[in-house]
Amino acid sequence: MDATTISSWMREIEASVRAERDHLVQLDAAIGDADHGINMTRGFEAVVQALGADNGSPPGRLLIIAGRTLVSTVGGASGPLWGSALRAGGRVLGDQTTFDSAQLVEVLSAALASVKDLGTAALGDKTMVDALEPAVETLKARIADGEPLAQALDAAAAAAEDGMRGTIPLQARKGRASYLGERSVGHQDPGATSTALIIRGLQRAVSSES
Amino acid sequence: MAVETHLMRKFLNDPAAVVKESLAGLAAAHSDLLRYDVANQIIVRKDAPKKGKVALISGGGSGHEPMHGGFVGVGMLDAACPGEVFTSPVPGQMLAATKAVDGGAGVIHIVKNYTGDVLNFKLAAEDAADEGIKVTSVVIDDDVAVQDSLYTAGRRGVGATVLAEKIAGAAAEAGGDLAKVTDIVKRVNERSRSFGVALSSCVPPASGKVIFELPEGQIELGVGIHGEPGRRRAPLGSASEVVDVMVEAVLSDLKPKQGTKVLAFVNGMGGTPLLELYLVYGEVDKKLRKAGVEPVRNLVGSYITSLEMAGASLTLLELDEELISLWDARVHTAALRWGI
Ligand SMILES: Nc1ncnc2c1ncn2[C@@H]1O[C@H](COP(=O)(O)OP(=O)(O)OP(=O)(O)O)[C@@H](O)[C@H]1O
Ligand SMILES: [Mg+2]
Repeated sequence: MDATTISSWMREIEASVRAERDHLVQLDAAIGDADHGINMTRGFEAVVQALGADNGSPPGRLLIIAGRTLVSTVGGASGPLWGSALRAGGRVLGDQTTFDSAQLVEVLSAALASVKDLGTAALGDKTMVDALEPAVETLKARIADGEPLAQALDAAAAAAEDGMRGTIPLQARKGRASYLGERSVGHQDPGATSTALIIRGLQRAVSSES
Repeated sequence: MAVETHLMRKFLNDPAAVVKESLAGLAAAHSDLLRYDVANQIIVRKDAPKKGKVALISGGGSGHEPMHGGFVGVGMLDAACPGEVFTSPVPGQMLAATKAVDGGAGVIHIVKNYTGDVLNFKLAAEDAADEGIKVTSVVIDDDVAVQDSLYTAGRRGVGATVLAEKIAGAAAEAGGDLAKVTDIVKRVNERSRSFGVALSSCVPPASGKVIFELPEGQIELGVGIHGEPGRRRAPLGSASEVVDVMVEAVLSDLKPKQGTKVLAFVNGMGGTPLLELYLVYGEVDKKLRKAGVEPVRNLVGSYITSLEMAGASLTLLELDEELISLWDARVHTAALRWGI
């Protein structure tokens, strides 16, 4: 994998958050403030534009540019969280021009650590962590077992989607949804939903290469 | 009675440009007080930076007007950072504002306690520190409708924000140093409690849909300022009954001693006319006196709003002589002005 992988991942995310924009807004309307789909679409449109203007930066740099772009265009909770996540992931790769499966696991682990550090959310708090953590753990385990990357990423995306659905019965303990107390139960978390799209986008970007 | 509609009836050219076009209008209307920095999307006091004066900035999602742009001027904020509707602004705006107003005495970030605002201001304060600017941050969290516990993001920042900006703005104008003015912001926050009630939802321009449906005859108790649902739903009673709930919620948390002097702030959410807000104030005034609390200062009007939401919030601030004299001091902004 190389810089092209990152660019096509970001394009996959942009297309899917745009297609799911209204759904994400509806989910956020139920337990938040109805802006999540708009925030994510604005951010990833800007990311695709920024990467389109880039001339041959290595993959780690592209992730850092993407993260900075999210921080500077999204606002909300998701902007700093995903922005810091992509920057942390990008720093793992330094200036290398290619990376392998094991390094992809490191990138995603660093991204997860950064979200948890900044947002102080744990598994079960009904946030994006509930989709991201199972995805990262699944990918790590499958790669360690020697499973082919495309298959491992498919399992990781499925784990994110399970985690996303698993937020429905939870009571939110972080973010805006926590203000609702018990009334947040029964709704799927918007941030976990867009996170599942982001991991599915990675799976698509990688499998279209092979 | 709350009438919900799916149709959006708003003055718009392009829903995506609503914030920018509104800020341009604010600047056109009040060019004597402030300027609009289009590139950074910030509103800056016209004579900023004021050399040697502690500067105050705040920011948050748009849709709460006149907060915060309407509070930029003499004796209140030095700059405001408006985000998209109901979405926190980004660190770049906050850094640009911090640099634009720093007169060498330091800058205070007044942050409402929402995850988005807190995270974005945190990144901005780190950037400002890297550039050698002294920044302190105070998080406002006065909303008693949210339990302050490990199981929530903590109480929201609502009405106390307006009072803190006014009172600390006066302290900064009077020459208070960074530590002193920061303490004033904290003191106002610690001594304030708020509770809000919604009679209708509101319609963000970008989605064009009401955030929640409120059945005929129902109200939301404990709402915030983003059209988000509150903690529970109840039947709409008489004004006196609804005000009982608000006063009781605030007093039972603030627990003022008998004879305490307070500032009572009755705030409209955007869709409730002054006719009703004064009626509400009348009830508040009566009930406070009956409870042995003395409303020696007040503010009535729509200052921290939620687009066209119908409803009101009550904020009580326990006063002391210093806070009273800072409240009475001159203020000259688009939305609050006295003593000029
Ligand atoms: N502390 C946190 N840690 C991790 N994720 C969080 C945290 N707080 C919120 N989130 C995630 O962010 C999502 C909401 O993102 P969104 O873009 O709607 O921001 P927001 O909370 O509305 O921000 P703002 O308050 O500025 O509008 C939630 O669904 C949740 O998954
Ligand atoms: Mg939101």
